[in-house]
Amino acid sequence: MNPSLFTSIGSIKLARPTILASGILGISLDVFNRIYQAGAGAVVTKSLSKEPWDGYPNPTIFGVKGGGWINAVGLSNPGAPNFAKMISSNKDVPIIVSLVGSIPKDFEFMIKQFEDISVLAFELNLSCPHVAKVGLEVGDDPDLVKKIVKTVKSKTDVPVIAKVGLGTTNYLDTVDAACKAGIDAITAINTLRAMAIDVETERPILSNKIGGLSGTPIKPVAVRCVYEISSQYDIPIIGCGGISSWDDAVEFILAGASAVQIGSAVGDNWISVFDDINKGILQYMEKKGFSKIEDMVGRAKKF
Amino acid sequence: MVVQRNSNRQTICKIEKVTDETPTVRTLTFSDDVLCNVLPGQFAMVWVPGVNELPMSVMISPEKGKAAFTIRKYGQSSTALYNVKVGESIGVRGPYGNSFTIKKGKLLLVGGGTGLVPLIRLLTFFTPTDDVTIIMGAKTKNEVFFEDYANRLLDKNKHQVIVATEDGTYGQKGLVTDIMDKLCQDTKFDAVYTCGPELMMSKVVSIATSKGMFVEASLERMMKCGVGICGSCCVNDLLVCKDGTIFDGKTLLSKSEFGHTHRNKAGILEAY
Repeated sequence: MNPSLFTSIGSIKLARPTILASGILGISLDVFNRIYQAGAGAVVTKSLSKEPWDGYPNPTIFGVKGGGWINAVGLSNPGAPNFAKMISSNKDVPIIVSLVGSIPKDFEFMIKQFEDISVLAFELNLSCPHVAKVGLEVGDDPDLVKKIVKTVKSKTDVPVIAKVGLGTTNYLDTVDAACKAGIDAITAINTLRAMAIDVETERPILSNKIGGLSGTPIKPVAVRCVYEISSQYDIPIIGCGGISSWDDAVEFILAGASAVQIGSAVGDNWISVFDDINKGILQYMEKKGFSKIEDMVGRAKKF
Repeated sequence: MVVQRNSNRQTICKIEKVTDETPTVRTLTFSDDVLCNVLPGQFAMVWVPGVNELPMSVMISPEKGKAAFTIRKYGQSSTALYNVKVGESIGVRGPYGNSFTIKKGKLLLVGGGTGLVPLIRLLTFFTPTDDVTIIMGAKTKNEVFFEDYANRLLDKNKHQVIVATEDGTYGQKGLVTDIMDKLCQDTKFDAVYTCGPELMMSKVVSIATSKGMFVEASLERMMKCGVGICGSCCVNDLLVCKDGTIFDGKTLLSKSEFGHTHRNKAGILEAY
């Protein structure tokens, strides 16, 4: 039997397990179509807020020696209402809408904008490490996470994913709160709080000084987190963090992820990265005799 | 003692020379063995420490091993770069982007303002047998620059440098596109290259395409990352930083945003 790249993240069904991560290229429906055609199983939008946000001044990104990026774009986005209008004509692309806010009401308002629009899932950004009062600051407060997830779940039938990261509280407490409030899936992890200083000018490089580290350097941390969540909770997981090749993707699947998100590798390898990874996973499945992604999920846990 | 070069990290360069081109346009020259050799149309992300970082087409320098940026003071960031003095430092990363396709024969270049920068670099890639016409536009006489530079670079070629000012205070009166339109009525060019305000480029692309001539334009968009991650610079499904900045006429005419809209910092489309 030919292996299939089809995968389920709970009730979310994907033809391919490679997803465009939030924050990457996510502001134009035409670009989403292109990325979907290039092989992504779904795309996650930039994190949307209630109002349009300009983000931080440049420099907003920096290439790290040895690989990876530090960014503090500052969640620039056109705002949920504008964005909903922009994707309202979408017919083809499975779109996961990422949302960022501070209180349950913010999320309630934004979910409402997408009432009449076909959306594959919502992903709550509980982990952006470089914007005040949202993202990781929310994720670090498990009680608030519980309230937000409960509110969102009561307002929509669309599956809801929580994207968690490593902040100042144990991220597993955030996962626990989200699971108890009825979350449908977890994306782990986001970028890690980081910074870079230019030695000639003696200044922090990013305009926000602190940013988030992504790419190859954070992959082992992300694999560990997926493995830990998978070991302790019966919840579908999307792995995210430094995936740039098929074997990285397989590693996350073996750790317990049902799908993976790809971000920084787009900057390094451009959008052919989706097709390359899909093909590599298929070849691995053929070689190993796996017919379904599902059969590979979490296999490393048996040891 | 040099920090290892990486195109995605800023390399710090000291400004060695500042040349006033017009009352609002300056060229900043610095030594850099990477940016001195870029292709026509390629750009760098230029950091003004403490202020901002902006995409700039890399200007040639007549001196070996040197590169330059030609900047018009306009907003906060461009004004900060404009005001950098000799001895002060900027950071550069890149080069990024593709480049103009080098054609031979009868070549037409149409540029306005600092859009002339990649066109001037392009001139250095032509061969002496090429017959080159360059039309450069400005609002008024004291905003004309690079006319002598273009003439010098083309002194071995059959060539024509046409200056157009909107108020007629220098050269021919009118828009570069009007002059192009007239020229193209009895001359078929083997290639047309353009860089400048998008409405001008849109017209250049339309004229060239309607005459069946090969045309390429260098686009500008708000950029944050410059490397195909943030998506700020998209024109429909294209990323100016990664797929461009150079696009051919056929591609551009198939994009509803070209010549009509660009995105602001929040990613919202705004009309030109």
